Amino acid sequence: MNTAVLRTEVRLFRREPGALFWILLFPTLLLVILGSIPSFRNHDADLGGLRTIDVYVPVAVLLGLIVGGLQSMPQTLTGYRERGILRRMSTTPVRPAALLTAQMTVYGGAALASALLALLVGRFAFAVRLPEQLPGYLLALVLAVLAALALGAVVSALSRTTKIAGAIGSAVFFPAMFCAGVWAPVQTMPDVLARIVGYTPFGAAAEALNRAAAGDWPGWNHLGVLVAWTVLLTAAASRWFRWE
Amino acid sequence: MSVIEVSELRKSYGGRAVVDGVSFAVEEGEIFGILGPNGAGKTTTVECVEGLRVPDAGRVRVTGLDPVADHARVARVLGAQLQESELQAKLTVREALELYSTFYERPLDWRPLAERLGLAQRLTTRFGKLSGGQKQRLFIALALVGNPRVVVLDELTTGLDPRARRDTWELIEDVRANGVTVLLVTHFMEEAQRLCDRIAVIDKGRVAALDTPAGLIQRTAGATVISFTPSAPLDAHELNALPALASIDDRDGRLTLSGTDETVNAVITLLARRRVTAHQLRVVDATLDDAFLDLTQEATA
Repeated sequence: MNTAVLRTEVRLFRREPGALFWILLFPTLLLVILGSIPSFRNHDADLGGLRTIDVYVPVAVLLGLIVGGLQSMPQTLTGYRERGILRRMSTTPVRPAALLTAQMTVYGGAALASALLALLVGRFAFAVRLPEQLPGYLLALVLAVLAALALGAVVSALSRTTKIAGAIGSAVFFPAMFCAGVWAPVQTMPDVLARIVGYTPFGAAAEALNRAAAGDWPGWNHLGVLVAWTVLLTAAASRWFRWE
Repeated sequence: MSVIEVSELRKSYGGRAVVDGVSFAVEEGEIFGILGPNGAGKTTTVECVEGLRVPDAGRVRVTGLDPVADHARVARVLGAQLQESELQAKLTVREALELYSTFYERPLDWRPLAERLGLAQRLTTRFGKLSGGQKQRLFIALALVGNPRVVVLDELTTGLDPRARRDTWELIEDVRANGVTVLLVTHFMEEAQRLCDRIAVIDKGRVAALDTPAGLIQRTAGATVISFTPSAPLDAHELNALPALASIDDRDGRLTLSGTDETVNAVITLLARRRVTAHQLRVVDATLDDAFLDLTQEATA
């Protein structure tokens, strides 16, 4: 990790209004819109007495890291490769890998900031209780961020150009959002579907976050699914990634 | 010990030999040029020196180190300007210079460097907004900012206007005066002739000639060029019989002959004998341009 490279990448990230909006603000904005619908603030027996807004906070938390990891990061990384930025850096004493780790740190940090914002707005605007099992929640969140970054790294590794990265990113983006519960929270899915979704990275993340939010330990099976995905995807990304 | 040593370097892409047995050595404080037609293997050769490519065969050493195996150590002493590369579009000139300075143990102060390269007014401009020439000058600055012992410059002045080109040449001469070894890939004969102590002409992946600029010119068949417009036509047989004649060209009554000093004397004698006046008579040494065409043509034949 090279701090000068990281500082530069943070600075450059702040100059991307699109990425800032979609990663940091959009998930919370969605939460605010949903929270403005009166019926979403009513307790629902189907949700085990929770309100719709309650189950959408974890969804918003996951949304930021899906956008950052799958849409923004692969675009940036393939762009850096395509335009010879990695190549230029590989002629200096700093390895181009420093750019990759800096990028992952930036997007990982942005995803966590986005999650924090969603939690705080949920808490103060809609009285959604903060996660009761906090260590478990943080562990699940960090693992989810790592899985999202690893998935983004695989997309970057497989994409020769930024156009391809955009296409693959979008193709993975919608299933990822579905699994995270953007259209229907995992709790409302039929049992079989919920079980299948539980084996996907973001489905497992959603389950783990929900349980930790309710005060239970997130469950080693869901955390295990996240770890397995992260290991698998990281191995795939380092196997296939090309520096030029 | 030579600062850069390349011996029997070979590199193929898809079965096609791009570099096919290139050898040369660059001494400390030398400006060494690599000249050659497009696709001759120049860039691949210097990319092997920079450690960006792994040679198929042969030996490359930079200050005695292998640029691939010892990449980290070579990168500390070698500054590179690549032919095709970019920076992050929203990075400003100042940020790029500051960032790259931090990569090296004993960097140069980037401010005077930016000043000399005419970038002082552009420090807050983002890379994406720079003109082609400004980008080029920034890359030259980045190649030098690490205070390297060796700089590899691939197409140094491509995209620069004549003024900036001359300023850049002066800068490179100053850099060399401080003992830095320069490996220069170029298309511009004027640049090679002005800057280089020695030049390797590369054609079809091989070294076609390696000499000083003056040596390269001398070894071409037509080292001296004489041109004039005769007041009356001259006999073609008599012209072709001139001693040491390398080439003859008649363009709308203006004759251009290349050969040696002996050819020049014989032409003047012939003109006197036939009582022909030579209008606008010019006798010039051949340029590196002529030598280059001659050398690369020979290899083609």
